Amino acid sequence: MTTTLILEQFLNGLQSGIMLFLMAAGLTLIFGVMGLINLAHGSLYMVGAFCAATAAAATGSFALGLVAALAGAAAAGALIELVVIRRLYDRDHLDQVLATFALILIFSEGTRWVFGSFPLYLDVPEALSGPVTLPGGIQYPLYRLTLILAGLAVAVGLFWLIARTRIGVQIRAGENDREMIAALGVDIDRLYTFIFALGAALAGLAGALVGAIQSVQVGMGEPVLILAFVTIVIGGIGSIKGALVGALLVGLTDTLGSVFLPELFKLFMAPAAATQTGASLSSMAIYILMAVVLIWRPTGLFGARA
Amino acid sequence: MSLKTLTTGGLLCAALALPAAAEVKVGMITTLSGGGASLGIDTRDGFMLAIEQSGRTDLEVVIEDDQRKPDVAVQLADKMIQSEKVDLLTGIVWSNLAMAVVPSATAQGKFYLSTNAAPAQLAGRGCNARYFSVSYQNDNLHEGAGAYATQAGFKNTFILAPNYPAGQDSLTGFKRFYEGDLAGEVYTKLGQTDYAAEIAQIRASGADSVFFFLPGGMGISFLKQYADSGVDLPLVGPAFSFDQGILQAVGDAALGVKNSSTWSKDLDNAANATFVEAFEAKYDRLPSIYAAQGYDTANLMLSALDKAEISDEAGFGAALKAAEFDSVRGEFSFAANNHPIQNVYVREVIKEGDIFTNKIVATAMEDRANAYVDDCKM
Repeated sequence: MTTTLILEQFLNGLQSGIMLFLMAAGLTLIFGVMGLINLAHGSLYMVGAFCAATAAAATGSFALGLVAALAGAAAAGALIELVVIRRLYDRDHLDQVLATFALILIFSEGTRWVFGSFPLYLDVPEALSGPVTLPGGIQYPLYRLTLILAGLAVAVGLFWLIARTRIGVQIRAGENDREMIAALGVDIDRLYTFIFALGAALAGLAGALVGAIQSVQVGMGEPVLILAFVTIVIGGIGSIKGALVGALLVGLTDTLGSVFLPELFKLFMAPAAATQTGASLSSMAIYILMAVVLIWRPTGLFGARA
Repeated sequence: MSLKTLTTGGLLCAALALPAAAEVKVGMITTLSGGGASLGIDTRDGFMLAIEQSGRTDLEVVIEDDQRKPDVAVQLADKMIQSEKVDLLTGIVWSNLAMAVVPSATAQGKFYLSTNAAPAQLAGRGCNARYFSVSYQNDNLHEGAGAYATQAGFKNTFILAPNYPAGQDSLTGFKRFYEGDLAGEVYTKLGQTDYAAEIAQIRASGADSVFFFLPGGMGISFLKQYADSGVDLPLVGPAFSFDQGILQAVGDAALGVKNSSTWSKDLDNAANATFVEAFEAKYDRLPSIYAAQGYDTANLMLSALDKAEISDEAGFGAALKAAEFDSVRGEFSFAANNHPIQNVYVREVIKEGDIFTNKIVATAMEDRANAYVDDCKM
């Protein structure tokens, strides 16, 4: 195993972690500020990918596809907040889980109804396709490199929004004491709709960006949703910083685990058995990571509350 | 969502005019919703096309959606056998669902004709006189890919498949007829969507070719990422990742890839020409291998119904086994364990106008049966 391969795998882990952050950021904000468990977050990821694929097919422009993904997912987010989610804030988590699970089913079947059962086509834009050679002789796809940079830019923007703007102050205040900020005259309803739409837009963006190198199909959001939940539990629910660190940890553990665990087992097992055992264990790796973090810090790495 | 289609003859109005005239009742359990729905929809459409062409008025097909869940499939099978009183079951796409349904259905005296799933367990010791696989035995396409890799002179192939029973069978099947060395053998997670790590391993492995079995969305993701990675080793895979419905979503990334299949739309025989034309005319899309297998299954069943009553178990079983129907795959017969003996072809992905599709470029194996014939004691 060469250094080049290890570095390349590290970049792969980083890239998958950054995309996971876009999903987890919205999820953790919504949970942190509104106390809502939103299982339908994966559906918003799917909505973003479908909007991007449709717009890109109609206009031939990937950039317009991304705009459509952001707008479409934000609109879908705002709509479900106004129609459904708003009624759930005072209910207990079981009701929230039931209602947002119903939303998953509605989104999935609705998407199938509109787009059919076959996966849609969405490809990497011409200018970003193909590999580039990085210092050290690593051949790496330009698009994935762009994903890492784009994700980091969004992360910086999000931290700026929360730390430096008026709306950020309201979000942080809302996390701490929502009755108090309502009493101070902040329009809490509008703030909630905004946060929900923001989280949805981030999920939609992730869906569109990742959709270009994966399969745009009904149900594509659910596997990511599970990873996003693992991420925010590791990072500490409600913390954006936790979501970033958690996402990178999950991305790296997942990628590096699937590569190095089989190699590790080959040192003392027959190759065929090592491959299988390694593959099985690596799919558990992130959950083991989660368990270890929770034993060490029951509220997650950056979690303030239990 | 549950669909229920009643067909008596071809026309629905005819069906309404002749209630309860059906003498033979067929239960189709297949996947019509969720991620794998396109496979089940093609199976159903191919099957129903043949029924419609036959013009029979004494046949009823009950269609239900298994949602790709084994427990749902079992419930549907129980319902069909006990309250709907079907004579024959068919339609399951996935091997894990087939394992949950087929043994109990055949034990209750029902015939089961498989339109797709054909796991090794049901071909070997678990074979049954009432169970026929019209599609293939699961290993066949992988064996064909292995045979092709050997013919093409590949010496150092990198192989990968998801870590679940069909994935393990796939790599075993490939290795059965592949004579070169392995540059690497990797099991991925089932449902994995990102293959960057595996592609990096392929790049570093010094392989001269890649064999992969990644059905459905997994294949779409892999092909797109592989094309974008700059690795340009030849790819070989079974037909599942090059299905008509999937190819359009992969686009240029799939062009030129070789895949093994028992059927292709350009296979030169009269039955196939009729099938492809009729399917396109009726459904306004090209048929996939699942549609072809559904169509063949219905025609096999119809050919046996012409010869024997379905209540005459021995006679009907013998009529099925004789396989006297015009298969869209050309020559077709059953091996001793009720699995097909047929050719496995190599196809290449091409572009016809705006549509991505396959054409046959070679024959990987002639008259291939399967590896489990001797294990079957019927």
